[in-house]
Amino acid sequence: MAVQTPTRTTSGTPTRSARSETGQPWKERWAGLFFVAPFLLLFAVFLLWPTFSGLWNSFFNTSLSGIKGEFLGLQNWREMFGDPAVWSSLKNTFVFTAMSTPPLVVIALVMALLANRRGLLGWLLRFSYFAPFVLPATVVSLIWVWIYQPGFGLVNGLLTAGGFAEIDWLNTENRAMLAVVIATVWWTVGFNFLLYLAALQGIPAQIYEAAAIDGANGRQKLFRITLPLLSRTTGLIVVLQLVASLMIFDQIYLMTDGGPNYATRPIVQYIYQNGFTNYRIGYASAISYLFFVIIVIVSILQFKLFSGRKEVR
Amino acid sequence: MPPDSPHLRPRRRAVLAGGLLGALSLTGCGTFRSKPKVREWNLFGGGDGARLLQIHQQYVAEHPDVGFEAHTLAWGPPFYTKLAMSAAGGRAPEVATLHLSRLKGFSPATMLDPIPVDLLNAAGIRESDFLPETWNRCVVDGKLYAVPLDQHPFVLYYNTEICQKAGLLGADGKIKPVKGVDAFLDMLKAVKDTTGKFAASVETTNPWRMWWTLYGQLEGKFFSDDGTRLELDDAKALEALELMAKLAADGLVPRSANYPALVAQFTNGDAGLSFNGEWEVTTYQTAKMPFSMAPFPVVYDVPKFAGDAHTFVLPHQSNRNQDDTKATVEYIAWMLKNSAAWAAGGHIPSYQPVVGSQEYLSLKPQAEYRSVAPDVLFDPDAWFSGSGAQLQEEAGAAFSGVFSGQATPKAALAQFKAATQTLLDTPSPV
Repeated sequence: MAVQTPTRTTSGTPTRSARSETGQPWKERWAGLFFVAPFLLLFAVFLLWPTFSGLWNSFFNTSLSGIKGEFLGLQNWREMFGDPAVWSSLKNTFVFTAMSTPPLVVIALVMALLANRRGLLGWLLRFSYFAPFVLPATVVSLIWVWIYQPGFGLVNGLLTAGGFAEIDWLNTENRAMLAVVIATVWWTVGFNFLLYLAALQGIPAQIYEAAAIDGANGRQKLFRITLPLLSRTTGLIVVLQLVASLMIFDQIYLMTDGGPNYATRPIVQYIYQNGFTNYRIGYASAISYLFFVIIVIVSILQFKLFSGRKEVR
Repeated sequence: MPPDSPHLRPRRRAVLAGGLLGALSLTGCGTFRSKPKVREWNLFGGGDGARLLQIHQQYVAEHPDVGFEAHTLAWGPPFYTKLAMSAAGGRAPEVATLHLSRLKGFSPATMLDPIPVDLLNAAGIRESDFLPETWNRCVVDGKLYAVPLDQHPFVLYYNTEICQKAGLLGADGKIKPVKGVDAFLDMLKAVKDTTGKFAASVETTNPWRMWWTLYGQLEGKFFSDDGTRLELDDAKALEALELMAKLAADGLVPRSANYPALVAQFTNGDAGLSFNGEWEVTTYQTAKMPFSMAPFPVVYDVPKFAGDAHTFVLPHQSNRNQDDTKATVEYIAWMLKNSAAWAAGGHIPSYQPVVGSQEYLSLKPQAEYRSVAPDVLFDPDAWFSGSGAQLQEEAGAAFSGVFSGQATPKAALAQFKAATQTLLDTPSPV
């Protein structure tokens, strides 16, 4: 409780002074560290340490059963590069990312444009677009597994009522991924929608008024004003979405368990399988590291791409 | 009033102290400890899980002197992962359920503590109370690591109304046993004609139990005697797969159904039969549908039925408390002696005094398939085998295509054999 008093009374000044001046007593300069210490500790324990111990483990035959296996050198890494399941699950991860990211950006934008209005309709749209996002992955998966079910599922019920043949969505190798993508878009598009809506509401009305006076039509307003002013938001959404899609696991695990015949198994599930079902922590660590490197590369590419585009504004 | 005005402090502290006291007494640790604790982890999320809760309520009522806590975790890999991690860390619960087929793959030496046989005997449980082959599988390197609770074979469920209409019931109202492939197919066709949809519901996304039953009935081998080489009999394996493909191609079973769909299709009458483990009794009883159960037909040469046994194990604890262990062993003994109630959930008790009891014999339909207990066929013995382990996963991936028509039996078998060989080539992590 004694700690709280100085911050309350001086209200924010410590941080400012710690940053600007250099000739202060040691105590004040390091006060900031004290405040971030809890987070630094968590960061070290749950991020830094596992990152390095994962690399360390990848050189051993470590088992989940508590046996610290012998040193293997690069054997896990060699096994990984020759393991077709690693490459097929990586491919699945990229296919999911490529299939899910564009609709999650475009549909979110369209939804935001539609919902950016006052009154009951606007409220209703905002509510219904965002509502699925609050559901947990388990609930979403359960709902969609039933919707896709052949024989008595909703989608196939509609198809047969319309005179079409049933589709075995989750158990056909070339359809299962699409089925997961559809469920994922339904579930998570609300978050991107919210970001777009906030950005839309931040565009000053005067710009549109001025454009209207200049005789711009709706189409011109959309393409010349709205979309360019949303470009930074789009960049942000694409970055967040790519990372989220690459880490796909929950809904696939729950909806198809990576099947049929591993056609939807993402890399995270393969890591999980090796590490936790088969107790091969060492091998799982090696694959995690490969994936880690890939994500770092993708992030750097994105950073390069979008740091250039910021000049638009 | 400002939030940290001085005269509020003592009260806050009092609340904090009270909370600590409460937490200590809840976990039962430290000097507040008064009674032995038994924490149990299980994986019964299906119809049998509802039954377990009732049994536990009775146990708690009869044992006010034991601090008992039961936790149901998600079946399969999630359960075994959590159990393995808690045991590897030495902070496991006092007792957990484990599939007997997973015992060796679970690394008894590092992740389980041996069960003190003297305590078990003192609680009234003896080796002679079990089928020898079941008991012997619980012993690793001369030490007892598991106490079997039940056996759970692959069985036949049948809707009595539909089967009555299909003319499959005998004068006693039970399904007439069939033997041989042709009789089996005739039975299914009769049911399909009655339902207008399917004959039987089966889990096509993971047909391991179905295939293993059929392959076992053909007396197929899996590993060489020393367990180092894969010695599948291709002709027999294909015969079983081809029958499965034919069932789906003829529309006798669905081309695609996961576990919940299997249950639903039998409940809503789309299928008059169901091929599954016996643990969904409670589900169908709750649905108030007319059904009974029987051993799975002997389609091929010998009666064999894929199955497993649930056992109680003592996951490894670094500091095992003697009072807790004694109470835990007594809990295990109590569960065995009261396993007629557990049998109501479908499983065949392992404890033979209960198997012969009137209480069990009068359970219908649970006692109808008890004769198969000696013919239960366990999974192949390997670190990657057993309920929810990788071998079943590989079988699901390869064989589901046989039902859906996306893979020929030949291709499916080749894929399964390659996957098994890869696992066999991987050094055991336990």
